[in-house]
Amino acid sequence: MIQPHGGKLVDRFVSEKESQRITDSFQDYVTLDISQEIAQEINNIAHGIFSPLEGFLTREEFEAVLEHGRLPDDTPWTIPIVFDVNPAKLTGITDGDMIGLSYNGKPLAVLELEDIYEYNPQQFVESVFLTNDSSHPGVEKINNMEKKLLGGRVRMIADMGNPYPDYTLYPKETRILFKEKGWRTVVAFQTRNPPHLGHEYVQKTALSIVDGIFINPLIGKKKVGDFTDEVILESYKVLMQNYYLSKHSTMAVLHTEMRYGGPREAIHHAIMRKNFGCTHFIVGRDHAGVGDFYGPFDAQFIFDNYPDMGITPVFFRSFFFCKKCNSIANDKICPHGGEDHVNFAGKKIREMLANGEVPPVDMMREEVSKTILKFGNPFVT
Amino acid sequence: MPDEKTKGKFTTVSIPIPLFNKVQKRIEGTGFTSVSSYVAYILRELIANEDGNQTEDPFSKKDEEKVKARLRSLGYLE
Repeated sequence: MIQPHGGKLVDRFVSEKESQRITDSFQDYVTLDISQEIAQEINNIAHGIFSPLEGFLTREEFEAVLEHGRLPDDTPWTIPIVFDVNPAKLTGITDGDMIGLSYNGKPLAVLELEDIYEYNPQQFVESVFLTNDSSHPGVEKINNMEKKLLGGRVRMIADMGNPYPDYTLYPKETRILFKEKGWRTVVAFQTRNPPHLGHEYVQKTALSIVDGIFINPLIGKKKVGDFTDEVILESYKVLMQNYYLSKHSTMAVLHTEMRYGGPREAIHHAIMRKNFGCTHFIVGRDHAGVGDFYGPFDAQFIFDNYPDMGITPVFFRSFFFCKKCNSIANDKICPHGGEDHVNFAGKKIREMLANGEVPPVDMMREEVSKTILKFGNPFVT
Repeated sequence: MPDEKTKGKFTTVSIPIPLFNKVQKRIEGTGFTSVSSYVAYILRELIANEDGNQTEDPFSKKDEEKVKARLRSLGYLE
């Protein structure tokens, strides 16, 4: 089984007894109310999805991630996991304090505060997103962040819950699942869209060289116009029920926000799936991209800078339906010209679905289209 | 035990001049822009391969059975 990133699967949950003790004395803590996004980051830290992180980045870690795309001990890490706070709420709080964190009015976690620090938003966005253009959703988010960051380890005392508990697995669970299935090699597929035939082709091509595939749709905060979480989950369920072998495929959702960070986020996505126990990770065209902010294969090139990733990227450049080959093909195996190629235009499929039309069956499985069209509005508004 | 470096971006490591020259020749025409960047790449790869050979601590039997029960109840395992 592949090692977790950094060598050890983080577990930041306290025992039941300790959880009760903290909850009973929660009123004695200085407390901060946290957003769903912060609560989700804590949940992912606590479950080991962000191993080796045990909490929010300290100043030293934050600066190393921005500057080098690595933690201070050189472990690859590209996306800052940070906790921003309004400075007005920090009156009387200093390094070394234990901060109670409540979510939806209930105690969720405790932060062992190591650091309170300011940051340069320009440096943040240019390092991570390679742009300071405020039309980039990631840049917009950082520009709207509070001015101070808190760093330190977290201890989670309660489950935050989620809308899809039957499709949510954590690294401890997926590692045991892959072992029980007899999979020594597992390829992960990250997605934030419902599947069309091109996705299916990529997944099955990658699956042909490993023991199993872990389809891991990302659900969480997305931008207007993205497909909703429920649409993605339901469409994958119907696809896998009809066209995949459970012996060699499985699916669970990943609760985290989409950052649209292109190359850096591709590395982050690979790290998370390594923590889930995957040995390989599919990286396609413009992975985690948005608009035209990144080159189509920048998210593949960045892996050259990380020979020590510990998870093997599986790159796909392009895939299309070739009328001469009479099958889906890619640029490595098809000798025919562009005039024979029909591209999987996600934009066109999206437009058709938005208009209530069923995309052609050589673009999207009929079962998937019909599932999506059952939703009145399949898009985030 | 030498102190761990925590400040600054880079530090200096010495290698014999003949080795430097050999590496410099080797990286001509490649994507590596300096001996330093090549050496950093190789060292990271080497360390990662060594770390990858270490055995991970298994989960406790109790933990494993609890997880398997959940996976069965959700239909992930038969």
